Amino acid sequence: MTHLNLLPLQRNKSHWPLLLAGAALLALASAPVTAETPEQKGLAIATEIDKRDIGFGDSQAQLTMTLTNSHGQSSIRKLRLSTLENTDTAAGDKSLTVFDHPRDVKGTAFLSFTKILEPDDQWLFLPALKRVKRISSANKSGPFVGSEFAYEDLVSFEVGKYTYKWIRDEACGTLTCFVVARYPLYENSGYTRQITWVDQAEYRVQKVEYYDRKESLLKTLNQTAYQQYLNQYWRPLKMHMVNHQTGKETTLEFSPYTFQVGLNDSAFTPNRLKKVR
Amino acid sequence: MMTERYPCALVMAMLLIPVSGIAPRAAELDIAGSSSMEVRLFPHQISYAGQRKSMVSPSLSLEPEFVLETDDGTDRLTLIPFARLDADDDRRSHFDLREANWLHLADAWDSRVGIGKVFWGVTESRHLVDIVNQTDAVENTDGEDKLGQPMINLNLQTDWGNFALFALPGFRERTFADDDARLRGPKPVQQNDATYDSSARAHHVDFALRWSRTLGDVDIGVSHFHGTSREARALTAARADGVSVFVPHYDQIDQTGIDAQLTRDAWLWKFEGIVRSGHGNRFAATVAGVEYSFYQVADTSADIGVIAEYQYDGRDRSAPGTLSDDDLFVGLRWAANDAQDTSALAGLIVDRNSQETALSFEAERRLTDRWKAEIEGRWMENVPADGFLAGIKNDDHVIFRLTRYF
Repeated sequence: MTHLNLLPLQRNKSHWPLLLAGAALLALASAPVTAETPEQKGLAIATEIDKRDIGFGDSQAQLTMTLTNSHGQSSIRKLRLSTLENTDTAAGDKSLTVFDHPRDVKGTAFLSFTKILEPDDQWLFLPALKRVKRISSANKSGPFVGSEFAYEDLVSFEVGKYTYKWIRDEACGTLTCFVVARYPLYENSGYTRQITWVDQAEYRVQKVEYYDRKESLLKTLNQTAYQQYLNQYWRPLKMHMVNHQTGKETTLEFSPYTFQVGLNDSAFTPNRLKKVR
Repeated sequence: MMTERYPCALVMAMLLIPVSGIAPRAAELDIAGSSSMEVRLFPHQISYAGQRKSMVSPSLSLEPEFVLETDDGTDRLTLIPFARLDADDDRRSHFDLREANWLHLADAWDSRVGIGKVFWGVTESRHLVDIVNQTDAVENTDGEDKLGQPMINLNLQTDWGNFALFALPGFRERTFADDDARLRGPKPVQQNDATYDSSARAHHVDFALRWSRTLGDVDIGVSHFHGTSREARALTAARADGVSVFVPHYDQIDQTGIDAQLTRDAWLWKFEGIVRSGHGNRFAATVAGVEYSFYQVADTSADIGVIAEYQYDGRDRSAPGTLSDDDLFVGLRWAANDAQDTSALAGLIVDRNSQETALSFEAERRLTDRWKAEIEGRWMENVPADGFLAGIKNDDHVIFRLTRYF
């Protein structure tokens, strides 16, 4: 991604038309390397983020979600999250979320197959009725269980979901970050764009600003307490989302993850959703 | 009461087999559950001499859950007893084992042995295909409460879909309101004198099979049930004291069902259909409709869902009665998506011929981490003298329920 100038134009001589034509062709062919546009640089950063997460296999974590309203009153949800990596790049990961708290929703479970641009497949299990419902995933921008996280904020990151534009590099805490805008390509997003801060050391998303359909700043997400697993995979153990328009906040605190626990596709089916606890 | 209805020894045997194997590997006993205080208000006068006149009818219920699971999650014992104590309806004061089973999970298959609960279907206004569990009709008029069903169930996950196989030893009789209680119907029901097609009576072993699969946007299931009808025919008889009563009769039936849902954008397209033989002539019935959701209505976080379903049932008078012969259902679902999970559902079912109408309203809100409040209302309008609801037309009611979770 260095900006080498390969154009031999300083050797331009009018009696070397063939060489000139060849040089022009070469210039065209090597344009991405020679003059990386902000869009190309943004995409390259996103691709690198994705690449560094390949091969995690599967993971499990428990999390505590604290919802705080503008009066400072808070309520807590506890849930367990299982994720299965999809090695096929044409589709995203599978995830299973089981609620433990509050008690009236204990046992409620949510199964999601993330897609790239197609709508995700989602099923909900209601334990009192023993009923599995296929639900619409059109509600991407809706709040996840009353929190400040929308469904689209929580699904697995897939490069093909956005277009990108690198904006600048700047300090973020003790690190240096790429600042990259991403523009959702999937339908029903509540955002026109997201501005992300990605540290240059490990390509971890440190912060995201979400801009709503009216182009105003809606929310800011800070991801902290990053921990590395299997000497490769970084996960933030704390995610804090603040909604600037309502003053509400949601904090997710993860118990340490466990990776490669041996989950497979058979555990991520609507049939098995009826038997989770 | 229970010993008459369950093959108790069988159930105990089923549960004791795995206990010995699991206990040493079990991590811990998880105890949860809930307890409710409920008040039913009946604003109208009673319909029948001898019915209790109380318009305010309180009750208490308790439903603890005991779960013992191995560390690796492959074996689980679940025990969920349920009990209600009702001030006015002695039959609504009842005990049931909702679940008492051993679940084993393997990669390609799983099994459940003991008393359990299974739901099949997709529609909202009527659960036509759902047949494994008997309805606990004294609990609520919406048919959502079920009695625990003894079962030996094997589920196979294959590349061709899921196959669920059930042997159902032991039939559960439907519960009916007491003679002097509200919602009892035009005649007292002699619940304990039920008659059967099968000479094995409640000990007939029923069988059920279901294939289900997800194909892109479509979730589909095809099922067959062979055994004792969960719906009872009402035979008229004279009691010893000369009073005309209904005696429940349970036919042997065969029912084949299909349930399917197409999920596209904010639309859910739903279909359930059955063909049943065993009550007089073979008949077909169907429920089909749509649900459309509006998300983040008026820039709030609330969703509104609109549901419309059509109900058809081709049964004749030799089958148990139904409201759903040629009816339209329209419903409205509202979810605030707030921290308290506040939500409401309102619906009405109208008979296309008689305009007989049943309305229902339900709302709930979490109060604290441990408490939840619910309100439900059921009304009936335009009930003709020979209407399905005629016997209970004065039993419109409102339910207030406060539930404590532990």
